[in-house]
Amino acid sequence: MMEFHLFTNYVEIAAVILFSIGFSTLLFHQNLMKKIIGFNIMDTAIFLFLAAKGYIAGRMAPILVEGANDPSLYINPVPSALVLTGIVVSVSVTAFALALVLRLYERYGTLHLDEILYLTRGEHD
Amino acid sequence: MELNPVEIRLLRRFRKMYMVTAFLVSLAMTAVLLLTVFNLPAFGKAGNPAENEVIGRYIEKGLEETGAVNIVAAVILDYRAFDTLGETLVLFTALVAVLMLLKDEAGVFNRRYRERSKFEPEKDQIFRSVAGMLIPCLLVFSIYIIVNGHLSAGGGFAGGAILGATLVLYNIAYGLEKARGFINEKNFLRFITAALLFYSVVKGYSFFTGGNHLPSVIPLGFPGSIFSGGLILPLNITVGIVVACVVYGAFCLFNRGGL
Amino acid sequence: MIIFEGLLLIFLIVCAVAVALTRQLWQAIIIFMSYSLVMSVVWVFLQAPDLAVTEAAVGAGITSILFFLALKRINAMQTGKKGGKGK
Repeated sequence: MMEFHLFTNYVEIAAVILFSIGFSTLLFHQNLMKKIIGFNIMDTAIFLFLAAKGYIAGRMAPILVEGANDPSLYINPVPSALVLTGIVVSVSVTAFALALVLRLYERYGTLHLDEILYLTRGEHD
Repeated sequence: MELNPVEIRLLRRFRKMYMVTAFLVSLAMTAVLLLTVFNLPAFGKAGNPAENEVIGRYIEKGLEETGAVNIVAAVILDYRAFDTLGETLVLFTALVAVLMLLKDEAGVFNRRYRERSKFEPEKDQIFRSVAGMLIPCLLVFSIYIIVNGHLSAGGGFAGGAILGATLVLYNIAYGLEKARGFINEKNFLRFITAALLFYSVVKGYSFFTGGNHLPSVIPLGFPGSIFSGGLILPLNITVGIVVACVVYGAFCLFNRGGL
Repeated sequence: MIIFEGLLLIFLIVCAVAVALTRQLWQAIIIFMSYSLVMSVVWVFLQAPDLAVTEAAVGAGITSILFFLALKRINAMQTGKKGGKGK
């Protein structure tokens, strides 16, 4: 029996919409900096999805209150730990991508992907 | 190098095809993802498949095994500390890659920077006095977040980022020469390698014992006090140092192509 | 509470669309910064304070600093080099 959760999963739906906006930014924009921002939006959408999967309504954050270590009082700590890793990796990727874009700009004097492709045309043959 | 008319027509056709394909791909992907979300278990309900026995184990035994009140800190710095070592190394590798790409060997950009430096707000009295008021508060706040990582939200990554941002603010407000007084190329490398080496050596023991944790040499302490949690506090401090160094180094490399 | 959360999520989507549609790069970066800050508030709602602190420091702070530095460097190169256009 398949259950459909149309309106209960609103955080996940927001995450999917953000992911598609970031993905279309990545595809449609020719400006490389805009592409990096779109990539960051995709990252945060995935993090939002993961954090929403760990959330349980009516429970506390996984910081133990004195004397109460009953698992039914706290939310799932594992997605938080995973997303913490992901945030730091995404900022490393952003720094690396920006450095690459700066090198491209130094060489070709433009951020536009088509212009860079046009300028590299003569270098291969 | 001019394009002839045939090439221009081909390029236009390619552009049009690309746009149509990209539109279709993003539409199809959104549809598939939305369908998946509709079939997922409901949001925020207890007893979802994501909530299994691992979580119960972490929450029940986490405090007595690691001594950390914050279970997320216990997971990332004790149970899965190797994961965090890899993450710290990812940050370090990103810094090395940025160093390779943007290091200004010839000093071309440096000269241009000096020409432009009269537009920098270095001599701005208002900015400088506001920074002078903010920097001590930021330092205390970042150290608080790093040191309280096992007791409350925060930890090495957030606190290290705030510490790095404080260094960046100091550099912008008081100029390069003063900032070089306490963080220059030599002790920058010393800080970052010492922190990474300390982390690897300290966490290396569980590698040699086949994943079985040895009984902790450091007493776990009373839960809730600063000196508790065994190795989590020193590991938080090392992670904070690495993150602060990476942030400051990336700032310097992006700003003028050298530390 | 659920209305406030929904408003925050709608604000996130509006911010993402605005990033995609703005012409100026610095405007896109500022909008992305506010997007990250609102994302950290959403994480407080999802009971993940660790993530909220880290996102506010790393996502909104450090990422924007890097973007602005890259933009500043591109503008510096623009004035120095002839014929470079950063459209």
